[in-house]
Amino acid sequence: MPQNVEKVLDHENLFREPEYKAMFDNKRSQFEFRVPAEELAKQIEYAKTWEYREKNFAREALTVNPAKACQPLGAVFAAVGFEKTLPFVHGSQGCVAYYRSHFSRHFKEPTSCVSSSMTEDAAVFGGLNNMIDGLANTYNLYKPEMIAVSTTCMAEVIGDDLDAFIKTSKQKGSIPAEFDVPFAHTPAFVGSHITGYDNALQGIIKYFWDGKAGQGTALTRIPNESINFIGGFDGFVCGNLPEIRRMLDLMGVEHTILCDPSDVWNTPTDGEFRMYDGGTTKAQVEAAINAKATISFQGYSTEKTMKLIKEHGHDTTSFHHPMGVTGTDAFLMKVSELTGKPIPAELEKERGRLVDAIADSQAHLHGKRFALYGDPDLMLGMTAFLLELGAEPVHVLSTNGDNEWAGKVQALLDASPFGKNCKAYPKADLWHMRSLLFTEKVDFLIGNTYGKYLERDCGTPLIRLGFPIFDRHHYHRFPIWGYQGGLRVLTMLLDEYFEALDANTNGIGTTDYSYDIIR
Amino acid sequence: MSLTVDENKALIEEVLKAYPEKTAKKRAKHLGTFEDGKPDCGVKSNIKSLPGVMTIRGCAYAGSKGVVWGPIKDMIHISHGPVGCGQYSWASRRNYYIGETGIDTFGTMQFTSDFQEKDIVFGGDKKLEKIIDEIEVLFPLNKGITVQSECPIGLIGDDIEAVSKKKAKEYVGKTIVPVRCEGFRGVSQSLGHHIANDAVRDWVFDKVDPNKNAFESTPYDVAIIGDYNIGGDAWSSRILLEEMGLRVIAQWSGDGTIAELENTPKAKLNVLHCYRSMNYISRHMEEKYGIPWVEYNFFGPTMIEKSLREIASHFDDTIKANTEKVIAKYRSMVDAVIAKYKSRLEGKKVMLFVGGLRPRHVIGAYEDLGMEVVGTGYEFGHNDDYQRTTHYVKDGTLIYDDVTGYEFEKFVEKVQPDLVGSGIKEKYVFQKMGVPFRQMHSWDYSGPYHGYDGFAIFARDMDMAINSPVWGLTKAPWKKAA
Ligand code: SF4
Repeated sequence: MPQNVEKVLDHENLFREPEYKAMFDNKRSQFEFRVPAEELAKQIEYAKTWEYREKNFAREALTVNPAKACQPLGAVFAAVGFEKTLPFVHGSQGCVAYYRSHFSRHFKEPTSCVSSSMTEDAAVFGGLNNMIDGLANTYNLYKPEMIAVSTTCMAEVIGDDLDAFIKTSKQKGSIPAEFDVPFAHTPAFVGSHITGYDNALQGIIKYFWDGKAGQGTALTRIPNESINFIGGFDGFVCGNLPEIRRMLDLMGVEHTILCDPSDVWNTPTDGEFRMYDGGTTKAQVEAAINAKATISFQGYSTEKTMKLIKEHGHDTTSFHHPMGVTGTDAFLMKVSELTGKPIPAELEKERGRLVDAIADSQAHLHGKRFALYGDPDLMLGMTAFLLELGAEPVHVLSTNGDNEWAGKVQALLDASPFGKNCKAYPKADLWHMRSLLFTEKVDFLIGNTYGKYLERDCGTPLIRLGFPIFDRHHYHRFPIWGYQGGLRVLTMLLDEYFEALDANTNGIGTTDYSYDIIR
Repeated sequence: MSLTVDENKALIEEVLKAYPEKTAKKRAKHLGTFEDGKPDCGVKSNIKSLPGVMTIRGCAYAGSKGVVWGPIKDMIHISHGPVGCGQYSWASRRNYYIGETGIDTFGTMQFTSDFQEKDIVFGGDKKLEKIIDEIEVLFPLNKGITVQSECPIGLIGDDIEAVSKKKAKEYVGKTIVPVRCEGFRGVSQSLGHHIANDAVRDWVFDKVDPNKNAFESTPYDVAIIGDYNIGGDAWSSRILLEEMGLRVIAQWSGDGTIAELENTPKAKLNVLHCYRSMNYISRHMEEKYGIPWVEYNFFGPTMIEKSLREIASHFDDTIKANTEKVIAKYRSMVDAVIAKYKSRLEGKKVMLFVGGLRPRHVIGAYEDLGMEVVGTGYEFGHNDDYQRTTHYVKDGTLIYDDVTGYEFEKFVEKVQPDLVGSGIKEKYVFQKMGVPFRQMHSWDYSGPYHGYDGFAIFARDMDMAINSPVWGLTKAPWKKAA
């Protein structure tokens, strides 16, 4: 009998006990009718070959283990970045249960979001009544100051018109006429979560700047000295945005962060549940039209948003998730150029410290081979940082990055001696990555939680960077942006390197001569 | 102590005030108090959720792919439609299994047709055909394929049945199962369970070659139905049935295989844990193959003993005698668990809101530890669930069907339980409020909770949730004093 109250065995040990092992063998041999061991072994080996890789890359229809999610997830991310705003997703309710769970698993925080709960009748007659009742219920129950509407693929396929539905809802008295309901169509069958972020954010800005969907007057821009900052869809948002704010404050730059969920996904445990906390205010969004410039930290995540802002006369710059020394340099120099404010000594000192840290550790990362996957902006930033460290980004893969993105990565790789024999893989998934890791081995893998399956299969140690991260706690609380963030990422890379080195040298009496006490 | 019937009434009235009148009227029917002697819990259920109220429910796809089909490990389950649904449900339910993932088992993988605009406009049938072809090239050891429909499929008029038939012919004898579990069907996960059950009936049972995977039957053959092996639940259950001398020929569907599904009609008895999600197929097997089924409850020693004896009553004296031996064998361990934890948990109040069978099934396990369940409700229960619940709950228990985020928060605020058991969406809301919490869908990444081995873990987990020192830290000392 395995269990003992003094030492309760958890699943990872319980099922290794002999009675369970015997039970598994018995089940397998008598009832499962599984593939014969020989055939199994053959296929295991075959799936590691170049031939398999070629077949794998010849896929045209099937996607296996993608690294992207659907649009409305990004729309919910964008919506929660505004003060007292409740995201409202028009369509099937199951989707909303998924978004809320997904974010809660990553941030370990509540995520409030409602659905218009459309069912079969709405599929036939349209979801107008769901919108009318849904807005009224949301407004009365959760007392938001703004409801940001997006759509699931169901509402998109049947062609519901958000603008008209929201106006009708107001006419029917479901919510007050002056209540703010920005909206965006976010079809799940176009783009990915970053597209949804972009659409929703653009929808909110457009709503406030361009006359509240015809129900107000468009704002006139009177340029001032401030700048706007947009972070893009970012799993490390709780650490990153405060870091950006800190750097801009140090520079004395007047700024507005457009979409800031870093408080609502980082609330204290003190006896009170805060459905809303922090976020960009409506007044800030409106005032943001007057900024002289807008910077996006993730261009692929904000294409339409930045286009809209540019059309309003802003000086716009889109980065691609700049990281490390050169990335942060470029960002700060851009801010300085736009505002005329010098980069203060304090930040220069931080820069020097990051350079110092890299100098201390570079020997351990120089020439190490990395595979990385994730959102297109993150991939560009991380590739540049790896090159800066003298590491080799051998496989750079993105499910939601296209050929144009791959061209950009390739240009980065080609410009560095460390980018030789390195390649970008657009529109590819983690099953492709599996073939890459078997056929062209690397030392480390960088990706989200799902990379752990690759770590298990291919034996490549995983460094968790990206979204979602479900199986490690609190990463999102720390910045990966700025010089401070660079330090954090550098430490993560080094930790994994040293762990792997120790694990590879701890054979007692066999390999432990290299199990050094100083590294 | 739980609240009195009148206090509950006042609380419900208070909570309903926040809703617009029309909504309040509708929600009122889902909220109530169990009163002794009543045949059900006095609430309406299995009705559409209201828009905008923050229902906790999911969809039919979640019920089919996420619950019923997903755990069948040697089949490939295609999330057919856009990328989202499959991504969010990828490996999140902890349906444990043993196998070479990506080679002969596929449980923790996400296969999707990743619909693009052109697939919506021109239809996805051609793409589905190609996907099946590509699966056969890259994953040749799969034992079958299911097509799990996401929302758009039913709206754009795709004929996944025709594709499945065509491809099943082409790959001689391959089981290919189209499932019409589009997320907008029905009112919750529940219809997805039903649709998935029907798909087993129509596309597995009715098509199976009886000579395939044959084995000698014995009088002691049973199938475990409705255990998804979350954190290994089905394993810590199976071991008890085997110790009784029964032969478990199939697991539905945690750690299950297609061969097990196909062979289930040979069982002498189906033992059913999650009634809600698999009563349909159990009834079908009873009608078509004459297999009786019995519900059981493997949470906590009281219910386990009762269930073991109930199951044994369907067999001969050897089995009955074995059963007593099994009960006796585990008694000392169980007594030790209760001795250790009861004193720390006695009198603690629990509020639950879960799916399937758990809003009632786990009550006994809490009671074994001296705890009291003062409120419970089902995410997607039907009236027959609420009837069954009457056997578990005490007079005055607060009942909330398809609870909304608002209601749940207010109820907990007022009732002030010592523990809330619900899902990931609820977990952090209550922890922020300083209320200990356990996820009762995923076992909060722990488990198993079924069976005797599971009970030891359950007791330990509840103790560490409630008696964690962190709950003493939520108020800053300078505030506490004030
Ligand atoms: S793909 Fe469509 S149905 Fe699935 S979660 Fe996204 S919006 Fe919802």
